[in-house]
Amino acid sequence: MRIACPFCGERENGEFTYLGDAKPKRPFVAVIEDGKGAEGEQDAFYEYVYLRDNVAGEMSEYWYHGGGCRSWLVVKRNTLTHEILSVAAAPGTGAAVVDVAMAKAGTE
Amino acid sequence: MKYSIFSLAKAALTGHKGWGRAWRDAAPKAHYDVVIIGGGGHGLATAYHLAERYGIRNVAVLEKGWIGSGNAGRNTTIIRSNYGLPGNTGFYELSMKLWERMEQDLNYNTMVSQRGIINLYHSDAQRDAFARRGNTMRINGIDAELLDKAAVRKMLPFLNHDNARFPIMGGLVQRRGGTARHDAVVWGYARAADRLGVDIIQNCEVTGFVRDHNGRVAGVETSRGRIGAGKVGMAVAGNSSRVAAMAGLRLPIESHVLQAFVSEAIKPLIPGVITFGAGHFYVSQSDKGGLVFGGDIDGYNSYAQRGNMPVIEDVCEGGMALMPMIGRVRMLRNWGGIMDMSMDGTPIIDKSPVDGLYVNAGWCYGGFKATPASGLVFAHLMATDTPHEEARRFRLDRFERGAMIDEKGQGAQPNLH
Repeated sequence: MRIACPFCGERENGEFTYLGDAKPKRPFVAVIEDGKGAEGEQDAFYEYVYLRDNVAGEMSEYWYHGGGCRSWLVVKRNTLTHEILSVAAAPGTGAAVVDVAMAKAGTE
Repeated sequence: MKYSIFSLAKAALTGHKGWGRAWRDAAPKAHYDVVIIGGGGHGLATAYHLAERYGIRNVAVLEKGWIGSGNAGRNTTIIRSNYGLPGNTGFYELSMKLWERMEQDLNYNTMVSQRGIINLYHSDAQRDAFARRGNTMRINGIDAELLDKAAVRKMLPFLNHDNARFPIMGGLVQRRGGTARHDAVVWGYARAADRLGVDIIQNCEVTGFVRDHNGRVAGVETSRGRIGAGKVGMAVAGNSSRVAAMAGLRLPIESHVLQAFVSEAIKPLIPGVITFGAGHFYVSQSDKGGLVFGGDIDGYNSYAQRGNMPVIEDVCEGGMALMPMIGRVRMLRNWGGIMDMSMDGTPIIDKSPVDGLYVNAGWCYGGFKATPASGLVFAHLMATDTPHEEARRFRLDRFERGAMIDEKGQGAQPNLH
């Protein structure tokens, strides 16, 4: 399995560290004043921390390129075949979205 | 036919032609009291215990491929009960006790070989942690022995004891640990369950659940038609999330690939199981002579039953650091299996929120050693609707309650367990 980092080009997956599914989002927490959280907050955190779709098929996931540019990436990958469909800089890293084709062109 | 020295001698005189089938090739009936999804070691052991101990014999085991074609046939065959946390210690010791009498119970040679398992330590801190685990085991009546440097050198003279970075300072031994023949475990449970009336139905993939008007599970849809059931248990580790999703459930589980390896056969070398404490590498030797070894999971979600090169390299580096003498031994094969990695590294054996559906899942990469106890406690749960004493902490809702059993202390990050 090789991942085409938008910044470094195509590298073996050993350079990358895996975080997991990119879908779960940290629940929004309102300011707590009376010592009690918002209604359903506990359930939302339980779902966020512990429950997973565990997708069999195409899944968007976070990978960290620790052996290269040290960027967080969002990789769309098929968990049944390990085929990588797209790689992009994770939102918030300040980098432009680059698809696999562009990254490949950059390495040639 | 009961297997014995006499049946063996009789068969030998007639050219081994009269053995017959070890279990029937059953066709699905319209309805069973209990349907178990998954014809691996755990599913078959559950069916066996349901019939043998709890008297429920109208049972079917449904397997999408052939029995033992999943993780039961892909593991590194190690048995041990050297756990440190409440919930795990008692459960795995129950399993070890069942291993010790399995061949008599099943009338089948599962080649249980208690040659011992040693976990090596390489620092003062690691020795303290192992001493603590050994003490925990002994307090719970499990055998454990802390060996010092000289004792390990005497026991395993071929290791790289004086590694400059990770010298071997000693090891924690469980002498009752060892290995068993994984395929024979599957076949032994299949044969024993079949003799008690259990139907083992192969090439029968579950495609959905049948619900009655109350929402209770009343059977399964399969590639061989609808099969009604009083209760349904799933023992499909690796694919638990996919099966549970058919019932509308999300589990605290991710599926990950774990690779295992075997070398060409060499003369007897490794007495038991050795684990390297400074990297993740463990090794035993099969009766055929091959070194059977493994290490960490690859670390990313996968259902592909194959891994990638970085982990192969890492495992082989661990092997070379521990015993450089194996550098000239050729690797014969490697393969991958799909692990149910739970959020605390501990299994789940519980009723599901859906009435009539029972979950046996989340075995991470420790399922093989648990096979007999997993079957017993899951059968107990399904027969009595109460958790078995030794599995009462393996609840599905423990994450919500904050009652995790996190042996490695890694938190809710499954690829680190």
